[in-house]
Amino acid sequence: MTTEPSYAGRRKERIDALAAHSFDETAGVSLIVSAWRRLRRDPVFLFGLGITVVFIVLAVISPWIAPHDPAAAPLLDKVRPQTNPVPGPEPGFPLGADDRGRDLLSRLLVGSRQTLVVGVFATIFGLIGGLFLGILAGSFGGAVDSVVMRIVDVMLSVPSLLLAFTIAALAPRPSQTTLIIAIAIIQVPIFARLLRGSMLGQRSSDHVLAARALGVKKSAIVFRHVLPNSMGPVIVQATLVLAIAIIDAAALSFLGLGSPDDRQPEWGQMLGRSQEFIYDHPHLAVYPALCIITVALGFTLMGESMREALDPKTRR
Amino acid sequence: MRTVRKLASMAAVGALALTTVSCAESERGDGGGEGGGGESTFTFGAAGAPEMFDPLYATDGETFRVTRQMFQGLLGIEPGTAEVVPELATEWTSNEEGTEWTFTLRDDVTFHDGEPFNAEAVCANFERMYDQNEAGQVAAEYWGYVMGSFANDPDNSLYQGCEAADEFEAVVTISRSTSGFPTMLTLASLAMQSPAAMEAGDANGIATQGEGFSFPDYAQNPVGTGPYQFVEYDQAVGTVSLEAYDDFWGDAPASSDLTFRVIPDESTRRQELEAGSIDGYDLPNPADWSGLEESGNSVEVRDPFNIFYLGLNPEANPQLKDLKVRQALYHALDREQLVQTQLPEGAEVATQFMPSTVSGYASSLEPYAYDPDQARQLLQEAGAEGMTLTFAYPTEVSRPYMPDPQQLYEALRTNLEDVGINVDVKTASWNGGYLDNVTAGKYDAYLLGWTGDYDSAFNFVGTFFGNLKENDFGTKAYPWGQQLADDLQAADAVVDEDERGAAFEEINAQIMEEYLPGLPISHSPPALVVGPDVEGVIPSPLTAEEFSTVSVGGQ
Amino acid sequence: MVRFIVRRMLQMAGVLVVLSMLLFVWLKALPGGPVSAILGERATPERRAALEAALGLDQPVYVQYLRFVERALHGEFGASTAVLPGEDAFQVFLIRLPATIELAIFAMVLAVALGIPLGYFAARRKGSPLDSGAVVFSLIGVAVPVFFTAFLLKYFVAVEWQLLPVSGRQDPSLDATRVTGLFILDGLLTREWDAAWDALRHLILPAVALATIPFAIIFRITRASVLDTMDADFVRTAEAKGLTASVIRSRHVLRNAMLPVVTVIGLSLGGLLAGAILTETVFSFPGIGDAIYQSQRDKDYAVLTVLILASAAIFVIINLLVDIAYAVLDPRIRTR
Repeated sequence: MTTEPSYAGRRKERIDALAAHSFDETAGVSLIVSAWRRLRRDPVFLFGLGITVVFIVLAVISPWIAPHDPAAAPLLDKVRPQTNPVPGPEPGFPLGADDRGRDLLSRLLVGSRQTLVVGVFATIFGLIGGLFLGILAGSFGGAVDSVVMRIVDVMLSVPSLLLAFTIAALAPRPSQTTLIIAIAIIQVPIFARLLRGSMLGQRSSDHVLAARALGVKKSAIVFRHVLPNSMGPVIVQATLVLAIAIIDAAALSFLGLGSPDDRQPEWGQMLGRSQEFIYDHPHLAVYPALCIITVALGFTLMGESMREALDPKTRR
Repeated sequence: MRTVRKLASMAAVGALALTTVSCAESERGDGGGEGGGGESTFTFGAAGAPEMFDPLYATDGETFRVTRQMFQGLLGIEPGTAEVVPELATEWTSNEEGTEWTFTLRDDVTFHDGEPFNAEAVCANFERMYDQNEAGQVAAEYWGYVMGSFANDPDNSLYQGCEAADEFEAVVTISRSTSGFPTMLTLASLAMQSPAAMEAGDANGIATQGEGFSFPDYAQNPVGTGPYQFVEYDQAVGTVSLEAYDDFWGDAPASSDLTFRVIPDESTRRQELEAGSIDGYDLPNPADWSGLEESGNSVEVRDPFNIFYLGLNPEANPQLKDLKVRQALYHALDREQLVQTQLPEGAEVATQFMPSTVSGYASSLEPYAYDPDQARQLLQEAGAEGMTLTFAYPTEVSRPYMPDPQQLYEALRTNLEDVGINVDVKTASWNGGYLDNVTAGKYDAYLLGWTGDYDSAFNFVGTFFGNLKENDFGTKAYPWGQQLADDLQAADAVVDEDERGAAFEEINAQIMEEYLPGLPISHSPPALVVGPDVEGVIPSPLTAEEFSTVSVGGQ
Repeated sequence: MVRFIVRRMLQMAGVLVVLSMLLFVWLKALPGGPVSAILGERATPERRAALEAALGLDQPVYVQYLRFVERALHGEFGASTAVLPGEDAFQVFLIRLPATIELAIFAMVLAVALGIPLGYFAARRKGSPLDSGAVVFSLIGVAVPVFFTAFLLKYFVAVEWQLLPVSGRQDPSLDATRVTGLFILDGLLTREWDAAWDALRHLILPAVALATIPFAIIFRITRASVLDTMDADFVRTAEAKGLTASVIRSRHVLRNAMLPVVTVIGLSLGGLLAGAILTETVFSFPGIGDAIYQSQRDKDYAVLTVLILASAAIFVIINLLVDIAYAVLDPRIRTR
């Protein structure tokens, strides 16, 4: 197959370049070590890492630090659809409430959790799908390889958001699960190509040749040697995908394809639902939007600097 | 140097291309109206694209809002009320049985194409509506709904025939007396259209195409008798333009031009109004009312002409067959609180299945009190403590009677859970399964409502319970279901208006006190908003505003 | 070359047929649909059955599909029920297409006009505040959801400051003449300057919002590509030959760095359609994206099917065109 210049081709090149890093001559482990050494001093990476750590910690502990139950409506009595649709701040409710009388601060805090769930699950499912296809293509090669990669290339050629929209729109009823699945599916081809590239490269590397010479079973080689060595680029890609997943989830929620059940808050959903009140009460949209932007930026900065650190070109 | 030459040759090619295609002439007219009175345009923001402009086949409010400005019925509605008044017919009388109606027509009316309006035209209209092909029979929703059937099935049709007794006297025969006739002639769907134009545009040539309808030429070139006539529908930008009809028989409209602009997004409609590029829009979100007023717009609140109810289906849950259980559910609902906190100003707690402005309303009825203790006790007596109720609400929809279904649902659900009922939450999107499930009887309890079509008790309670076999309340599962349906049909057939009103009052009382097939909750006022310099809007409880009185910019 | 094109076209036709079948069967299986949309509160089982029979929805799915194919071969794809009711779904696509073309072209022009110079200068001054600033800016651009950018633009520029129109494509009171459906071009052709100017004003905000997507890509590719070329052997040779910096820049670096940039531009045009769903929705801009959103929301399945199929076809065609263009531009690929 020739190098394709297309949009998909461009994405493919980026993915392939990333896949190539893991089997640089300087064996896998030392590469990661040296990359880490560089990253430790990279302010961009540290900034991204900081945001990410705060976000994850928040997602874990938020139910305990949130002042109120995000599903309860302590200020419902204050809500008047006409005169006071969105209660403002008051003692105990520093950011006020949303249109259903629920504490906004608590919802933002606890919202981190569902947002992380959406991002992580979409990424993990995408990774599993990609792993499956990648292993299929990478370990069998030949006809299987070309069929699988043909499918992957077709998927890559469609802009991801449109594909996700189509998948989510075809769900019988929108829910968080359909959202996660839609976003996961668009990540599958990316991971598949990444893993395949990485595995193909390693097939001829010294340690795999050695293992094969020693008569180690094919599956054992794949799972014990090849896969672990592909983890570097996979982690980088996963970091970037997390950011995209969170943004895409927000976009789909905005288009009405998110979960209609909003008892458990999620930032994308909060942002989507706030459209109704956006003229008089823009803060309902701005807070969750800022949260999404910050977190997406955190993952992106971290991912991009990791990619750069792993890139042999920039290491010169 | 080379690049310069290249540029020069490209410019030459470009210029050539421009000159060859610039034979594309500007087709701009020299202004729409010919100066007759004040030149001003009233621009209204519509939520969706109109279906087409033949009211007979129209089903949604966005289309009717447009056709209502161009068409008139034999009977009209007094602006600001639901009351029937003369429009194209000046008076009407019936024989004793209420089956033969004589309409005396105005003699000074012409259609927009110059054709005269007379008894022949009226009969041509009726015959045209009656004589529909297979697709037309489904598309002509309202005719089918009020008349029962079409020319191919005369036995089930209310309409039997029309005759021009005189130039301005038309006689319409119907099969039986009903409260709906002639009030139904106020429906926008049954408006009078130009027979000549309908014939020229093959008005009845409707066909199904895939899952929708394809409409004949006439539907894009409508011709009526109203104050405005059709100019064009620009699909690329989503605007419908109308202009004043110079030979209109009544007062010339206050604005010479009327434009409807499709803006599907609600918050964008609001922003466009604030920016001054539209002059009004329908059904502003109650949350926006105060903000809109603050920036100088006026929110016109209509009188409620709807009912929001919690429907129950005993076929889905046999425990609901026990009257005590239904009463318990009703006592559990804190409707006063709901109306205060969840619905816009002007909303009322309902005491029965229709609003107070309709004749036949039983004013003696008191609302069921909010009494959780009594609810628990009734449940206990019925042996239904801790019963499970599959209770559903629709998503992706806002109706005039329920602005925010989920929010209303949450409040009602909390009430029910407070008296120990286990609520099994179900939800589906309005067009994506909710309505199917309600009619298929898949929910024990559900939220739904109704906006009246015209001033008629039967249009409310008859719609709900008049058809025994098929109604959302499953009344055929009750021993009194047949009785109720019969009583409703009988009351509907009473010719004398006062007697009929009394009959419906009695039925309404019976429904609420003895039957309670569902739980009426509230009536909500839908609103309309117009900009600061707009005057003359008369809000209609039927959401049937006529814009001919509206002026912009103090003219 | 011809064989390659023919093969790709056949492949596309196959993909579209399979896709149409899947879509059709799947959409039929979804609950609700046109009948509910038409009947609303008036729905009773009886009326529902009558309507389903009239629309042929009571037939087995394969019969319905065959009918759909038969109609499609005659150029009829089913009437729209919500987006432009009564109009054939393919007509809806044609009516809405010029708006999106106009929007996409304008957004791309903006992205190129900003992205390439910025990328070039960032690369020339790698590590400078300009460079890091631009890089961070492009990363932030990636992290901000497009519809939020659109919302901010609309809120401030259109509503608060009232500098530009809030929504739509053109002021209806201008009564502009339509020729091509591309309003700016129409205005120029018919010399209705005010109409062209008004259409342009309506285009600015959605285009700026939409441009953030390709801008980030173009900027980064330009920067990376210029960096690569500056390192390349022929540039070093040129430097060694003692050519002046300006000659090297214009003749060697810029020209060679542009090849990947040009291809990316061609190809992110496809990506713009996805972004258009979001921006057009925010600005009620009546293009394809807005129609996709509306048809989904209102269950206008005929239109949704056609728009998905048409978008898929557009991507395949764009991909194909770019592949061909690339093969023409870069002889190395042709020989392989």
